[in-house]
Amino acid sequence: MSQTVFEPWNDPTAKPLIQFKNVTKRFGDFTAIDNQTFDIYEKEFFALLGPSGCGKTTMMRMLAGFEAPTEGMILLAGQDIAPIPPNKRAVNMMFQSYALFPHLSVWENIAFGLKRDNKSKDEIAARVAEMLKLTRLEKFAKRKPHQISGGQRQRVALARSLAKAPKLLLLDEPLGALDAKLRQDTQFELMDIQETTGTTFVIVTHDQEEAMTVASRVAVMDDGRIVQADTPARIYEMPNSVYVADFIGEVTIIRGTARRGDGAYEITFAEGQPTLFAESDTEFDNGQECHLAIRPEKVSITAQKPDDRRNALEGKILDIAYLGNLSTYHVELSSGQIVKAQTANTTRLSRRSFTWEDRVWLSWTDTAGILLKG
Amino acid sequence: MRRLTWFNVTSLSLGFAFLYLPMLILITYSFNSSKLVTVWAGFSTKWYGELLQNEAFLDAAWVTVQVAVVSSSIATVLGTMAALVLVRAGRFPGRTLFSGMVYAPLVMPEVITGLSLLLLFIGIGLDRGIFTIILAHTTFSMCFVSVVVSSRLVTFDDSLEEAALDLGCSSFQAFRLVTLPIIAPAVISGWLLAFTLSLDDLVIASFTAGPSSTTLPIKIWSAVRLGVSPEINALSTIMIAIVAVGVITASLITKRASLRQQADERAAVHA
Repeated sequence: MSQTVFEPWNDPTAKPLIQFKNVTKRFGDFTAIDNQTFDIYEKEFFALLGPSGCGKTTMMRMLAGFEAPTEGMILLAGQDIAPIPPNKRAVNMMFQSYALFPHLSVWENIAFGLKRDNKSKDEIAARVAEMLKLTRLEKFAKRKPHQISGGQRQRVALARSLAKAPKLLLLDEPLGALDAKLRQDTQFELMDIQETTGTTFVIVTHDQEEAMTVASRVAVMDDGRIVQADTPARIYEMPNSVYVADFIGEVTIIRGTARRGDGAYEITFAEGQPTLFAESDTEFDNGQECHLAIRPEKVSITAQKPDDRRNALEGKILDIAYLGNLSTYHVELSSGQIVKAQTANTTRLSRRSFTWEDRVWLSWTDTAGILLKG
Repeated sequence: MRRLTWFNVTSLSLGFAFLYLPMLILITYSFNSSKLVTVWAGFSTKWYGELLQNEAFLDAAWVTVQVAVVSSSIATVLGTMAALVLVRAGRFPGRTLFSGMVYAPLVMPEVITGLSLLLLFIGIGLDRGIFTIILAHTTFSMCFVSVVVSSRLVTFDDSLEEAALDLGCSSFQAFRLVTLPIIAPAVISGWLLAFTLSLDDLVIASFTAGPSSTTLPIKIWSAVRLGVSPEINALSTIMIAIVAVGVITASLITKRASLRQQADERAAVHA
């Protein structure tokens, strides 16, 4: 099997399926979406991620046709979708509450959209059977929505929204109502189904782990703007702002001033603390304020000062968060700054090397941290 | 379990007495063989037989049923539409005025409603008869339907209708195929309420009825003014029976439906 990388957003000849062009949406005085321009490509699994009230749901409702942009244009396959009502769009949506029709059976729920297209009885039956098989619901076809479990309802909602083979499927917090274990299984199921059907998925979620797991690209939103849209790996390793770094995963942010050194920036951040070094593609002026973001798993924790690393800080263990596979140490420097360090628990608990109040050394390489402007 | 103290027993008997004693007396005397209402002279069903011979009562009953069926049906359609507008449409110019007008008959004394309708019918030169009673009953009962239906619509998940639109329905189809079947119980109980209100309305019907269209309550009222006859007792007993059967059936159906729903939900959890 050839491993071609799926990265249409890096291919200038690729034609996007959806284009947002300077889209703004206001509700009265409130600006929900602020002048956004971005593309989503065919077969992508695109995640809109952000805290509640950041505008991600508005974005989705504009795609579905329940809201119209105040300014700007949304194109679907090159066509302006503003004049097309929701019932005529080749877009289907899976609702957060699932919105299953309680008076119809599972079979009738899935057939609902197909019947509106005046398809023949045989065609409808065949398509519904296919959807039931895809979502493993064959046994429940005759049940009513309140006669099945939450996870099954979620699959009915998915089957119903996929039945019409939309160009674009919108998923509004699709796994929000499921418990943690079921959610994980369902995430992989969603990815499988997305791959099997080749449909473009746009998912709205506030759960960063979910977005990272399922999506080909994640758009981190804040206050009506997409702050960064990139692959999960790049979002995690190369956040473009303190907001993104802080929103995704755990991170320590050290605020200081940057000075150009040889190959790396020198960062001074507190009285009596050693200078830190970090390489960066972003340009900083001498004396400019900067934020150094370091992921805890990139920080080593040792009893002695390491001689092979320039970035080394001494501190006292304040807290240990034991997560089973990992332990996160919260280490307080003499300046009061807290730095997180994470180690994999490859040995048994009884042989753990550090405990509360221990004085330890934290160290990392010049490339481990990301230097950010704000 | 708490024991029946003397206090509980007293309140229970007082409650029952106030609620059912008048009806009990009425039912008992409908089986009285004497023509004198207050003198018991033995058991008989003859008044029921005579009732069936009484053309005037039968005509009035027929008019009442026609009025009730037609007016409650129109009121259900209009009341449901009003509820949809009030719950769904958000703000529009004249909303306050509209909701005020819809709910006005709820608080308006019936005499006033009746009088104003009478003046309207005279003003536009409409001959009073069965048609005007239907119009009048529709007017005052649609607000009750609207109250019942809008209280259901408030808890209705709007995303259901959005899902229907999303799957290719027009707005009307979405209403007919999704919203209406789901709110049907509220619409039906609205209809039943309107039907009952129309059945026993005396005041508004007296204002808007013509000589050719006497409803049963008007008939009973005028008959009673000439003295209570055992025939009236028999008629009232029949009406009590019909209402009792209706109420008991309705509550049994609701109870069974909710029990089944609970059982289904339990089954789903263990599935």
